Amino acid sequence: MAGTAVPGRLTWRVATLVDAVEETPTARTLVLEVPGWPGHLAGQHVDVRLTAEDGYRAQRSYSLAAPAKGDLVRITVQELADGEVSPYLVRGLSIGDPVELRGPVGGWFVWRPTDPSPVLLVAGGSGVVPLVAMVRARREAGVRTPFRLVYSVRSPGDRLYADELNRPEPGLDISYVYTRTTPEGWPAPPHRIGVPDVNSGGWPAEFEPACFVCGPTGFVEKVADILVALGHDPRRVRTERFGG
Amino acid sequence: MGIVSPGFHGRRRPAVELPPGQYLTEDFPVLSAGPTPRVPLDRWRFTVTTETGEEHGWSWREFQALPAESVTTDIHCVTKWSKLGTHWRGVSLDTLLSDVDTAADFAVVHSYGGYTTNLPLEDLLDGRAWLAHRYEGEDLTPEHGGPVRLLVPHLYFWKSAKWVRGIRLVLEDEPGFWETLGYHEYGDPWREQRYQGD
Repeated sequence: MAGTAVPGRLTWRVATLVDAVEETPTARTLVLEVPGWPGHLAGQHVDVRLTAEDGYRAQRSYSLAAPAKGDLVRITVQELADGEVSPYLVRGLSIGDPVELRGPVGGWFVWRPTDPSPVLLVAGGSGVVPLVAMVRARREAGVRTPFRLVYSVRSPGDRLYADELNRPEPGLDISYVYTRTTPEGWPAPPHRIGVPDVNSGGWPAEFEPACFVCGPTGFVEKVADILVALGHDPRRVRTERFGG
Repeated sequence: MGIVSPGFHGRRRPAVELPPGQYLTEDFPVLSAGPTPRVPLDRWRFTVTTETGEEHGWSWREFQALPAESVTTDIHCVTKWSKLGTHWRGVSLDTLLSDVDTAADFAVVHSYGGYTTNLPLEDLLDGRAWLAHRYEGEDLTPEHGGPVRLLVPHLYFWKSAKWVRGIRLVLEDEPGFWETLGYHEYGDPWREQRYQGD
């Protein structure tokens, strides 16, 4: 029964949209109020369930985009052209509307501020969402863990959280790979991520960083292979693949 | 029925019945926790170890010599995609376990790369599980678990461990990788056993 949390069980809760941020023309951050939210770790995701008037239901998983603030959680949804759920969440859901949500889910692709290892984040497209949750968790915890983010994106206009990531932040280095269109005067032509990008934007393997790679399957396969080839211990390379 | 999302219509239901919460996909998403291990065939080996430590092992050549079966089946991933009518070729676990003397009720499956998953031994028997090495007429690619993956289509697909290297038979159940990270012990898609307590 929705709204009745049973300990030890992930129950469906009713979440209400209380705020929304247009990140790009096709991506929106939903700020959802979820009474009794138990908190979560950076990198975890939630399941969202929609029910149509005729009872038809659809569920999808979305990464949490930020640490919880009390009962408020954030997810960022990238609209998929042939999507069933994402177009509704990006353009249909209005402030005050309810959705059902359960979580947090996933205990592997997570970063804890108590881990002192340097962190390498490698994002492809909307794969940046759980990785920015880690950046935000670092900031909120006030720790100095060195972070590097390599963010591959089609064009400058497709960058999520662009203003926030443009602000200098001690201990966080960000490098971009543009696959279709670069900014004016960008030193490299558009290209898919390769060994030099991961090598120069990341940490040497002997620093034993915790690596988190998230994006579409082909991207994650390639980056994970590059990291292993560069000498990173496969056990320190955690991956999250968005389908397809 | 839960709360209704105003203005959400969804897609027309597919003509086939899917487990609850699943949607149909035509492609074959890849999900795994880390980099894809690449296992050279001359070093590949599969072992079954009983609760008393007795080991049964097959090299690639020996595995290839075992009778293989063609399997057409639907598969269901806990991340909510289902794929219908997939075609596999592999060796039935009934064949691999036929000479194994065990009193164990549980199996822990081990993969190259360190992944593990657990399931009741009976779920591997009676024509319900295979070691698959071909998919849609081709050798199984590394990202889908090649050279050999477990195929247990009646459970969520995380039980169908990729890059499988061995099965350990145990008297007491031992949760595997995802099972210790909040996922369900058993994982029946038709009962929607996704997470602990479902």
